Amino acid sequence: MASLDDLKKRISSVKSTQKITKAMKMVAAAKLRRAQENAEKGRPYSEKMNNIILNLSSGISDKENAPKLLTGTGEEKTHLCVVMTSDRGLCGGFNTNIIKKAKNYFQKILKENKILKIITVGSKGYDQLKRHYKENIIEKISFKDSKNINYFDADKVGKIIIDRFEKKEFDVCAIFYNQFKNVITQIPQEQQIIPLKSNEEKETSSNNSYEFEPEEDEILSNLLPKNISTQIFKAMLENSASEQGSRMSAMDNATRNAGEMVDKLTIQYNRSRQAAITKELIEIISGAESL
Amino acid sequence: MSEEFKVEIVNPEKSFLSKENATEVVVPAFEGEMGILKDHISIISFLKPGIIKVYSKSEENKYFVEDGIVEFKDNSLSILTSSIYNISELDRNKIDQIIKEAEKEASGENIDDQKRYLVDQKIEVLKNLNLN
Repeated sequence: MASLDDLKKRISSVKSTQKITKAMKMVAAAKLRRAQENAEKGRPYSEKMNNIILNLSSGISDKENAPKLLTGTGEEKTHLCVVMTSDRGLCGGFNTNIIKKAKNYFQKILKENKILKIITVGSKGYDQLKRHYKENIIEKISFKDSKNINYFDADKVGKIIIDRFEKKEFDVCAIFYNQFKNVITQIPQEQQIIPLKSNEEKETSSNNSYEFEPEEDEILSNLLPKNISTQIFKAMLENSASEQGSRMSAMDNATRNAGEMVDKLTIQYNRSRQAAITKELIEIISGAESL
Repeated sequence: MSEEFKVEIVNPEKSFLSKENATEVVVPAFEGEMGILKDHISIISFLKPGIIKVYSKSEENKYFVEDGIVEFKDNSLSILTSSIYNISELDRNKIDQIIKEAEKEASGENIDDQKRYLVDQKIEVLKNLNLN
């Protein structure tokens, strides 16, 4: 059994760990509020963008000559997966959930004998994927240096993707991220961005046909790259809110566990102290009796 | 009958402006300035760098945008833009700074014609703004 001194040390070490997790939880909570606000503020933009594109693409008459970003290359040979994770650890199952979702998808693709290419955004995703998919990763991007999520960063990722698409390096592109639902629930998402897949088939009646200026094709070919950046940006915002939420609940759990552990250790400490005192007393009494 | 319609300006970070009582909006569309009144036909268009003017009965607001998309449908106007400034909040320093950045971009080597046109436009608009 551990000696009294050992127990004491143990207790104080658990206590200081608890202090750290508590502080991390507070920080995450404060950041979460900001990130959540940003995510909610960012939603109208991406929704509007999506709506416009839906309206546009349903109105386009000449499907043959529509931009490739919308209709795809006509093949499904090479898949590009953009896996978006965080740059920091200690956030519970946040990164693991995304990776799990992505790995499922990877396996499905590889089983069908298709070519898989991966871009990782955020260093944690790279760390987890490099073991099995090292040769598939074509690029890793990390925004460790930029403090806040900004549109500029998202645009950079979007440009990289479009660049590679124009060089015909892939046919289908999907992004993986966590959608923020609430502090405890984050849903890993898989979203196909090239070719554009509309989740709900919206029936647009003929009476809201638009007037276009300049031509439809020109608008579309300008809008689609922007839409990709926008979707990436949305994913980044959702991701950051999810990361903080996930970290907060993970740290909350850790703090609680540390508290339980301190309680248990303290009881053990008190018991062994009591036992030691009792033992000493018995020794004294039996010593006195034998006289 | 009221002649007011809804305007919403959003940028990626947030909803920049939302107004129910606009009477007229002038946007710098790609092929020239375009004024939009109530019951305009549904339209989608691009913006080039320029000034958006939002008129309502009581006031008039001006914003400087660099790019964007406008959509007008069922008497609601949405403007999506990645960079927008409220002109009343811009001061000379800020304007000069933007002009400087734009000029730097314009003098760059790898710039295509369309981009150059947009950047020139931006500089011109900002310089005119300076005079006001």
